[in-house]
Amino acid sequence: MKYIDGFRNPEAAAQFVRQIVAQGRALDEQGRRVHVMEVCGSHTMAIGRYGIRSLLPGNVELISGPGCPVCVTAPGYIDAALALAGRGAIVATFGDMVRVPGSDSDLTACRSQGGDVRVCYSPGAALELARRQPDRDVVFLAIGFETTIAPMACLVEEAQRQGVKNFSLLTAFKRVPPALRALLSDPEIRIDAFLCPAHVSAIIGTLAYDPIAADGRVPCVIAGFEPLDILYGVHGILAQVLNRQAKVENLYARVVRPEGNPKAQAMIARFLEPVDAAWRGLGVIPASGLALRSEYAMFDAAKKFGIAVCPGRQQAGCRCGEVIKGKIRPSACALFAKVCTPENPVGPCMVSAEGTCAAYFKYGLPDKTQGEKK
Amino acid sequence: MKLAEIRADGKGLAELDGCRHVVDLSLVNGVSPGAYLIVHAGYAIETLDQESADATLSLFEEMAKEVASETRSANAEP
Repeated sequence: MKYIDGFRNPEAAAQFVRQIVAQGRALDEQGRRVHVMEVCGSHTMAIGRYGIRSLLPGNVELISGPGCPVCVTAPGYIDAALALAGRGAIVATFGDMVRVPGSDSDLTACRSQGGDVRVCYSPGAALELARRQPDRDVVFLAIGFETTIAPMACLVEEAQRQGVKNFSLLTAFKRVPPALRALLSDPEIRIDAFLCPAHVSAIIGTLAYDPIAADGRVPCVIAGFEPLDILYGVHGILAQVLNRQAKVENLYARVVRPEGNPKAQAMIARFLEPVDAAWRGLGVIPASGLALRSEYAMFDAAKKFGIAVCPGRQQAGCRCGEVIKGKIRPSACALFAKVCTPENPVGPCMVSAEGTCAAYFKYGLPDKTQGEKK
Repeated sequence: MKLAEIRADGKGLAELDGCRHVVDLSLVNGVSPGAYLIVHAGYAIETLDQESADATLSLFEEMAKEVASETRSANAEP
Protein backbone atom coordinates (compact mmCIF):
# COMPACT_ATOMS: atom_id res chain seq x y z
CA MET A 1 0.00 0.00 0.00
CA LYS A 2 1.67 3.18 -1.21
CA TYR A 3 0.56 5.28 1.78
CA ILE A 4 2.59 2.98 4.03
CA ASP A 5 5.37 1.48 1.88
CA GLY A 6 6.18 4.83 0.28
CA PHE A 7 7.04 6.26 3.71
CA ARG A 8 9.44 3.40 4.41
CA ASN A 9 11.53 3.61 1.24
CA PRO A 10 15.08 2.57 2.28
CA GLU A 11 16.85 4.49 -0.53
CA ALA A 12 15.13 7.72 0.45
CA ALA A 13 16.02 7.01 4.09
CA ALA A 14 19.69 6.60 3.11
CA GLN A 15 19.61 9.95 1.35
CA PHE A 16 18.00 11.64 4.37
CA VAL A 17 20.61 10.12 6.67
CA ARG A 18 23.38 11.38 4.41
CA GLN A 19 21.97 14.89 4.48
CA ILE A 20 21.44 14.75 8.26
CA VAL A 21 25.03 13.61 8.77
CA ALA A 22 26.18 16.59 6.66
CA GLN A 23 24.01 18.89 8.79
CA GLY A 24 25.54 17.37 11.94
CA ARG A 25 29.03 18.00 10.56
CA ALA A 26 28.19 21.64 9.82
CA LEU A 27 26.87 22.07 13.37
CA ASP A 28 29.94 20.35 14.79
CA GLU A 29 32.15 22.83 12.97
CA GLN A 30 30.31 25.53 14.91
CA GLY A 31 30.82 23.56 18.13
CA ARG A 32 27.10 22.96 18.49
CA ARG A 33 25.14 20.04 19.92
CA VAL A 34 21.40 19.78 19.30
CA HIS A 35 18.91 18.33 21.77
CA VAL A 36 15.63 17.43 20.09
CA MET A 37 12.75 16.35 22.30
CA GLU A 38 9.99 14.17 20.88
CA VAL A 39 6.73 14.52 22.78
CA CYS A 40 4.72 11.61 21.51
CA GLY A 41 4.81 8.01 22.69
CA SER A 42 4.22 6.74 19.16
CA HIS A 43 7.26 8.72 17.97
CA THR A 44 9.30 7.26 20.85
CA MET A 45 8.38 3.72 19.79
CA ALA A 46 8.89 4.40 16.06
CA ILE A 47 12.32 5.94 16.71
CA GLY A 48 13.27 2.79 18.60
CA ARG A 49 11.67 0.35 16.16
CA TYR A 50 13.44 1.81 13.12
CA GLY A 51 16.78 2.36 14.89
CA ILE A 52 16.73 6.06 14.08
CA ARG A 53 18.95 7.12 17.01
CA SER A 54 21.78 4.96 15.66
CA LEU A 55 21.59 6.77 12.28
CA LEU A 56 22.04 10.28 13.67
CA PRO A 57 25.32 12.16 14.13
CA GLY A 58 26.82 12.12 17.64
CA ASN A 59 26.01 15.77 18.24
CA VAL A 60 22.29 15.32 17.51
CA GLU A 61 20.42 13.81 20.42
CA LEU A 62 16.81 12.66 20.47
CA ILE A 63 15.32 12.94 23.96
CA SER A 64 12.00 11.32 24.83
CA GLY A 65 9.67 13.69 26.63
CA PRO A 66 6.25 13.41 28.29
CA GLY A 67 4.48 11.88 25.29
CA CYS A 68 2.97 8.80 26.88
CA PRO A 69 -0.41 9.50 28.52
CA VAL A 70 -0.20 6.53 30.88
CA CYS A 71 3.28 7.57 32.03
CA VAL A 72 2.39 11.16 32.88
CA THR A 73 -0.63 10.14 34.96
CA ALA A 74 0.13 10.67 38.65
CA PRO A 75 0.04 7.66 41.03
CA GLY A 76 -2.81 9.27 43.00
CA TYR A 77 -5.07 8.78 39.98
CA ILE A 78 -4.63 5.00 40.28
CA ASP A 79 -5.37 5.33 44.02
CA ALA A 80 -8.67 7.04 43.08
CA ALA A 81 -9.51 4.27 40.59
CA LEU A 82 -8.81 1.66 43.28
CA ALA A 83 -11.08 3.54 45.66
CA LEU A 84 -13.88 3.48 43.06
CA ALA A 85 -13.44 -0.26 42.54
CA GLY A 86 -13.54 -0.62 46.32
CA ARG A 87 -16.94 1.04 46.31
CA GLY A 88 -18.28 -1.57 43.92
CA ALA A 89 -18.03 0.30 40.62
CA ILE A 90 -16.96 -1.48 37.46
CA VAL A 91 -13.67 0.19 36.52
CA ALA A 92 -13.27 0.07 32.73
CA THR A 93 -9.91 0.99 31.25
CA PHE A 94 -7.46 0.71 28.40
CA GLY A 95 -5.20 -2.30 29.01
CA ASP A 96 -2.00 -0.39 29.86
CA MET A 97 -3.52 1.13 32.97
CA VAL A 98 -4.14 -2.12 34.84
CA ARG A 99 -0.45 -2.55 35.62
CA VAL A 100 0.41 1.05 36.45
CA PRO A 101 1.35 1.30 40.11
CA GLY A 102 -0.57 3.57 42.42
CA SER A 103 0.90 4.60 45.77
CA ASP A 104 0.48 1.14 47.30
CA SER A 105 -1.23 -1.14 44.78
CA ASP A 106 -2.48 -1.45 41.19
CA LEU A 107 -5.61 -2.49 39.35
CA THR A 108 -4.28 -5.98 38.58
CA ALA A 109 -3.95 -6.69 42.30
CA CYS A 110 -7.35 -5.11 42.86
CA ARG A 111 -8.88 -7.45 40.28
CA SER A 112 -7.24 -10.50 41.84
CA GLN A 113 -8.79 -9.47 45.15
CA GLY A 114 -12.28 -9.32 43.65
CA GLY A 115 -12.41 -5.81 42.24
CA ASP A 116 -14.38 -5.53 39.00
CA VAL A 117 -11.80 -4.16 36.54
CA ARG A 118 -12.53 -4.55 32.82
CA VAL A 119 -10.18 -3.88 29.92
CA CYS A 120 -11.82 -2.11 26.97
CA TYR A 121 -10.31 -1.69 23.51
CA SER A 122 -12.34 1.45 22.88
CA PRO A 123 -14.11 3.92 25.17
CA GLY A 124 -17.34 3.09 23.33
CA ALA A 125 -17.12 -0.45 24.74
CA ALA A 126 -17.29 0.99 28.27
CA LEU A 127 -20.50 2.87 27.44
CA GLU A 128 -21.95 -0.30 25.94
CA LEU A 129 -21.01 -2.12 29.16
CA ALA A 130 -22.94 0.48 31.18
CA ARG A 131 -25.97 0.08 28.90
CA ARG A 132 -25.93 -3.68 29.38
CA GLN A 133 -25.56 -3.46 33.17
CA PRO A 134 -27.86 -0.62 34.25
CA ASP A 135 -27.74 -1.79 37.88
CA ARG A 136 -23.96 -1.21 38.11
CA ASP A 137 -21.90 1.98 37.98
CA VAL A 138 -19.32 1.90 35.20
CA VAL A 139 -16.38 4.29 35.49
CA PHE A 140 -14.04 4.68 32.51
CA LEU A 141 -10.47 5.73 33.24
CA ALA A 142 -10.36 8.73 30.95
CA ILE A 143 -6.72 9.65 30.48
CA GLY A 144 -5.01 10.97 27.38
CA PHE A 145 -3.96 13.93 25.30
CA GLU A 146 -6.04 15.94 22.83
CA THR A 147 -6.28 13.00 20.40
CA THR A 148 -8.10 10.90 22.97
CA ILE A 149 -9.95 13.77 24.64
CA ALA A 150 -12.04 14.56 21.54
CA PRO A 151 -13.48 11.00 21.27
CA MET A 152 -14.16 11.07 25.04
CA ALA A 153 -16.19 14.26 24.63
CA CYS A 154 -18.23 12.47 21.94
CA LEU A 155 -18.76 9.62 24.37
CA VAL A 156 -20.20 11.95 27.02
CA GLU A 157 -22.53 13.39 24.40
CA GLU A 158 -23.66 9.89 23.47
CA ALA A 159 -24.18 8.89 27.11
CA GLN A 160 -26.25 12.04 27.63
CA ARG A 161 -28.28 11.49 24.46
CA GLN A 162 -29.01 7.89 25.40
CA GLY A 163 -29.76 8.77 29.03
CA VAL A 164 -27.14 6.38 30.41
CA LYS A 165 -26.96 7.47 34.05
CA ASN A 166 -24.66 4.74 35.39
CA PHE A 167 -21.69 5.79 33.24
CA SER A 168 -19.00 8.27 34.25
CA LEU A 169 -15.39 9.24 33.55
CA LEU A 170 -12.52 9.56 36.00
CA THR A 171 -10.72 12.25 34.07
CA ALA A 172 -7.00 13.00 33.96
CA PHE A 173 -6.83 14.64 30.55
CA LYS A 174 -3.66 16.48 29.60
CA ARG A 175 -2.96 19.21 27.04
CA VAL A 176 0.36 19.14 25.22
CA PRO A 177 1.11 22.89 24.66
CA PRO A 178 1.24 23.85 28.40
CA ALA A 179 3.63 20.92 29.01
CA LEU A 180 5.95 22.13 26.24
CA ARG A 181 6.03 25.58 27.84
CA ALA A 182 6.75 24.06 31.28
CA LEU A 183 9.61 22.00 29.84
CA LEU A 184 11.15 25.05 28.18
CA SER A 185 11.08 26.99 31.45
CA ASP A 186 12.78 24.16 33.40
CA PRO A 187 16.45 25.07 33.95
CA GLU A 188 17.37 21.38 34.46
CA ILE A 189 16.55 20.41 30.89
CA ARG A 190 18.10 21.59 27.65
CA ILE A 191 15.77 21.51 24.66
CA ASP A 192 16.80 23.04 21.34
CA ALA A 193 13.81 21.87 19.32
CA PHE A 194 10.57 19.92 19.56
CA LEU A 195 9.58 17.08 17.25
CA CYS A 196 5.87 17.71 17.74
CA PRO A 197 3.29 14.94 18.01
CA ALA A 198 1.44 13.83 14.90
CA HIS A 199 -2.10 13.06 15.94
CA VAL A 200 -2.32 15.54 18.80
CA SER A 201 -1.44 18.11 16.15
CA ALA A 202 -4.24 16.81 13.92
CA ILE A 203 -6.63 18.00 16.64
CA ILE A 204 -4.96 21.23 17.84
CA GLY A 205 -3.41 22.33 14.52
CA THR A 206 -0.05 23.87 13.74
CA LEU A 207 -1.14 27.32 14.94
CA ALA A 208 -1.13 26.05 18.54
CA TYR A 209 2.66 25.87 18.42
CA ASP A 210 3.27 29.40 17.09
CA PRO A 211 3.58 31.07 20.53
CA ILE A 212 5.81 28.24 21.81
CA ALA A 213 8.24 28.53 18.89
CA ALA A 214 8.25 32.32 19.18
CA ASP A 215 8.52 32.67 22.97
CA GLY A 216 10.82 29.69 23.49
CA ARG A 217 12.90 30.39 20.40
CA VAL A 218 12.82 26.71 19.44
CA PRO A 219 11.89 25.07 16.17
CA CYS A 220 8.63 23.10 16.44
CA VAL A 221 8.41 20.56 13.62
CA ILE A 222 5.40 18.29 13.19
CA ALA A 223 6.13 14.89 11.70
CA GLY A 224 4.29 11.62 11.08
CA PHE A 225 5.12 8.20 12.51
CA GLU A 226 6.76 6.44 9.57
CA PRO A 227 10.56 6.25 9.44
CA LEU A 228 10.85 8.71 6.56
CA ASP A 229 8.48 11.08 8.35
CA ILE A 230 10.76 11.11 11.39
CA LEU A 231 13.95 11.55 9.37
CA TYR A 232 12.22 14.32 7.41
CA GLY A 233 11.32 15.95 10.75
CA VAL A 234 14.87 15.73 12.10
CA HIS A 235 16.20 17.10 8.81
CA GLY A 236 13.76 20.03 9.03
CA ILE A 237 14.76 20.75 12.62
CA LEU A 238 18.49 20.73 11.85
CA ALA A 239 17.97 23.00 8.84
CA GLN A 240 16.26 25.52 11.14
CA VAL A 241 18.94 25.18 13.82
CA LEU A 242 21.69 25.76 11.24
CA ASN A 243 19.87 28.84 9.98
CA ARG A 244 19.20 29.97 13.57
CA GLN A 245 15.45 29.91 12.93
CA ALA A 246 12.69 29.00 15.37
CA LYS A 247 9.44 28.47 13.54
CA VAL A 248 6.63 25.96 13.25
CA GLU A 249 6.99 23.64 10.29
CA ASN A 250 4.36 21.11 9.30
CA LEU A 251 5.92 18.08 7.64
CA TYR A 252 2.79 15.99 8.21
CA ALA A 253 0.52 18.13 6.06
CA ARG A 254 -1.23 15.05 4.70
CA VAL A 255 -3.03 14.87 8.06
CA VAL A 256 -2.38 18.06 10.06
CA ARG A 257 -3.99 21.38 9.05
CA PRO A 258 -3.02 24.81 10.39
CA GLU A 259 -6.31 25.17 12.24
CA GLY A 260 -6.45 21.52 13.34
CA ASN A 261 -9.81 19.79 13.53
CA PRO A 262 -12.39 22.49 14.44
CA LYS A 263 -15.15 19.94 14.99
CA ALA A 264 -13.03 18.06 17.54
CA GLN A 265 -12.01 21.33 19.21
CA ALA A 266 -15.67 22.37 19.48
CA MET A 267 -16.61 19.07 21.12
CA ILE A 268 -13.78 19.44 23.63
CA ALA A 269 -14.76 23.04 24.45
CA ARG A 270 -18.42 22.11 24.83
CA PHE A 271 -17.90 19.42 27.45
CA LEU A 272 -14.58 20.29 29.09
CA GLU A 273 -12.82 23.25 30.63
CA PRO A 274 -9.15 23.91 31.47
CA VAL A 275 -7.94 23.00 34.96
CA ASP A 276 -4.57 22.77 36.65
CA ALA A 277 -3.26 19.23 36.28
CA ALA A 278 -0.65 17.11 38.08
CA TRP A 279 1.83 15.44 35.74
CA ARG A 280 4.14 12.68 36.91
CA GLY A 281 7.61 14.19 36.80
CA LEU A 282 6.51 17.69 35.87
CA GLY A 283 4.33 18.47 38.89
CA VAL A 284 1.26 20.69 38.67
CA ILE A 285 1.11 22.75 35.48
CA PRO A 286 -1.51 25.53 35.39
CA ALA A 287 -4.35 25.00 32.90
CA SER A 288 -2.66 21.91 31.47
CA GLY A 289 -5.61 19.61 32.10
CA LEU A 290 -9.24 19.43 31.06
CA ALA A 291 -12.14 18.45 33.32
CA LEU A 292 -15.85 18.05 32.66
CA ARG A 293 -17.81 21.28 32.94
CA SER A 294 -20.10 21.55 35.98
CA GLU A 295 -23.23 21.00 33.86
CA TYR A 296 -21.90 17.51 33.05
CA ALA A 297 -20.99 16.68 36.68
CA MET A 298 -23.22 13.58 36.51
CA PHE A 299 -20.59 12.07 34.20
CA ASP A 300 -17.67 13.09 36.42
CA ALA A 301 -16.80 10.07 38.59
CA ALA A 302 -14.77 12.10 41.11
CA LYS A 303 -17.74 14.41 41.78
CA LYS A 304 -20.38 11.68 41.55
CA PHE A 305 -18.63 9.48 44.13
CA GLY A 306 -16.96 12.25 46.17
CA ILE A 307 -13.48 10.92 45.43
CA ALA A 308 -10.48 13.25 45.71
CA VAL A 309 -7.59 12.64 43.31
CA CYS A 310 -4.39 13.33 45.29
CA PRO A 311 -0.83 13.37 43.87
CA GLY A 312 0.08 10.02 45.50
CA ARG A 313 3.53 8.48 45.96
CA GLN A 314 5.94 7.10 43.36
CA GLN A 315 7.46 3.64 43.98
CA ALA A 316 10.75 3.75 45.90
CA GLY A 317 13.74 3.95 43.56
CA CYS A 318 11.60 4.55 40.46
CA ARG A 319 12.92 7.45 38.37
CA CYS A 320 10.06 7.61 35.84
CA GLY A 321 9.52 11.26 36.73
CA GLU A 322 13.02 12.17 35.57
CA VAL A 323 12.72 9.98 32.47
CA ILE A 324 9.46 11.70 31.52
CA LYS A 325 11.14 15.11 31.80
CA GLY A 326 13.99 13.96 29.59
CA LYS A 327 16.37 14.62 32.46
CA ILE A 328 17.80 11.09 32.45
CA ARG A 329 17.79 8.17 30.06
CA PRO A 330 16.18 4.96 31.35
CA SER A 331 19.60 3.30 31.76
CA ALA A 332 20.46 5.86 34.45
CA CYS A 333 17.78 4.34 36.67
CA ALA A 334 19.21 1.60 38.91
CA LEU A 335 16.00 -0.44 38.50
CA PHE A 336 15.96 -0.38 34.67
CA ALA A 337 16.20 -3.83 33.03
CA LYS A 338 17.17 -5.37 36.37
CA VAL A 339 14.31 -5.01 38.81
CA CYS A 340 12.03 -3.15 36.38
CA THR A 341 11.21 -5.07 33.18
CA PRO A 342 8.12 -5.31 30.95
CA GLU A 343 7.21 -8.56 32.75
CA ASN A 344 7.58 -6.96 36.18
CA PRO A 345 7.34 -3.19 35.70
CA VAL A 346 7.98 -0.91 38.65
CA GLY A 347 7.08 2.38 36.95
CA PRO A 348 4.59 3.42 34.26
CA CYS A 349 7.29 4.14 31.66
CA MET A 350 8.00 0.40 31.58
CA VAL A 351 4.32 -0.59 31.70
CA SER A 352 3.01 1.37 28.78
CA ALA A 353 3.47 0.21 25.20
CA GLU A 354 4.43 3.84 24.49
CA GLY A 355 6.63 4.35 27.55
CA THR A 356 10.22 5.49 27.19
CA CYS A 357 11.61 2.71 29.40
CA ALA A 358 9.61 0.09 27.49
CA ALA A 359 10.98 1.51 24.20
CA TYR A 360 14.56 1.46 25.49
CA PHE A 361 14.15 -2.05 26.84
CA LYS A 362 12.68 -3.32 23.59
CA TYR A 363 14.75 -1.35 21.07
CA GLY A 364 17.32 0.74 22.91
CA LEU A 365 19.99 -1.88 22.53
CA PRO A 366 23.06 0.20 23.34
CA ASP A 367 21.82 0.88 26.86
CA LYS A 368 20.45 -2.58 27.48
CA THR A 369 23.41 -4.42 25.95
CA GLN A 370 25.92 -2.37 27.90
CA GLY A 371 24.08 -3.32 31.08
CA GLU A 372 24.08 -6.98 30.13
CA LYS A 373 27.76 -7.02 29.21
CA LYS A 374 28.68 -5.80 32.65
CA MET B 1 -7.94 2.90 7.20
CA LYS B 2 -9.89 3.20 3.98
CA LEU B 3 -13.57 3.99 4.38
CA ALA B 4 -15.54 1.27 2.59
CA GLU B 5 -19.08 2.32 3.38
CA ILE B 6 -21.22 4.48 5.63
CA ARG B 7 -23.94 2.58 7.49
CA ALA B 8 -27.50 3.77 7.98
CA ASP B 9 -26.66 4.73 11.60
CA GLY B 10 -23.94 7.11 10.35
CA LYS B 11 -21.03 4.96 11.45
CA GLY B 12 -18.37 4.00 8.95
CA LEU B 13 -16.97 0.62 7.99
CA ALA B 14 -13.27 1.03 7.28
CA GLU B 15 -10.81 -1.53 5.97
CA LEU B 16 -7.31 -2.27 7.17
CA ASP B 17 -5.36 -5.32 6.03
CA GLY B 18 -8.53 -6.92 4.72
CA CYS B 19 -10.45 -6.52 8.00
CA ARG B 20 -13.42 -4.21 8.40
CA HIS B 21 -13.78 -2.04 11.49
CA VAL B 22 -16.66 0.11 12.70
CA VAL B 23 -15.49 3.72 12.92
CA ASP B 24 -17.33 6.65 14.46
CA LEU B 25 -17.40 9.52 11.96
CA SER B 26 -18.78 12.25 14.21
CA LEU B 27 -15.48 14.19 14.44
CA VAL B 28 -14.96 14.53 10.67
CA ASN B 29 -16.94 16.40 8.04
CA GLY B 30 -18.07 15.29 4.62
CA VAL B 31 -16.30 11.96 4.28
CA SER B 32 -17.32 9.49 1.62
CA PRO B 33 -16.28 5.93 0.75
CA GLY B 34 -12.76 5.78 -0.62
CA ALA B 35 -11.40 8.34 1.86
CA TYR B 36 -8.47 7.36 4.05
CA LEU B 37 -9.20 7.96 7.73
CA ILE B 38 -6.90 8.55 10.67
CA VAL B 39 -8.57 6.54 13.42
CA HIS B 40 -7.98 6.83 17.15
CA ALA B 41 -9.94 5.02 19.88
CA GLY B 42 -12.59 4.02 17.35
CA TYR B 43 -13.14 7.57 16.07
CA ALA B 44 -11.98 9.07 12.79
CA ILE B 45 -10.06 12.16 13.90
CA GLU B 46 -8.98 13.36 10.47
CA THR B 47 -8.95 12.42 6.81
CA LEU B 48 -5.81 11.91 4.77
CA ASP B 49 -5.18 14.68 2.22
CA GLN B 50 -4.20 12.45 -0.69
CA GLU B 51 -2.81 15.31 -2.76
CA SER B 52 -0.45 16.28 0.05
CA ALA B 53 0.49 12.65 0.71
CA ASP B 54 1.30 12.17 -2.98
CA ALA B 55 3.45 15.33 -3.01
CA THR B 56 5.47 14.06 -0.04
CA LEU B 57 5.82 10.63 -1.67
CA SER B 58 7.10 12.26 -4.88
CA LEU B 59 9.75 14.08 -2.86
CA PHE B 60 10.83 10.82 -1.23
CA GLU B 61 10.90 9.04 -4.60
CA GLU B 62 13.14 11.77 -6.01
CA MET B 63 15.52 11.32 -3.08
CA ALA B 64 15.55 7.56 -3.64
CA LYS B 65 16.35 8.08 -7.33
CA GLU B 66 19.33 10.25 -6.43
CA VAL B 67 20.77 7.43 -4.34
CA ALA B 68 20.07 4.87 -7.06
CA SER B 69 21.71 6.97 -9.78
CA GLU B 70 24.78 7.65 -7.60
CA THR B 71 25.08 3.94 -6.86
CA ARG B 72 24.93 3.16 -10.60
CA SER B 73 27.62 5.79 -11.32
CA ALA B 74 29.86 4.42 -8.58
CA ASN B 75 29.46 0.86 -9.86
CA ALA B 76 30.25 2.00 -13.41
CA GLU B 77 33.61 3.46 -12.38
CA PRO B 78 36.59 1.22 -13.06
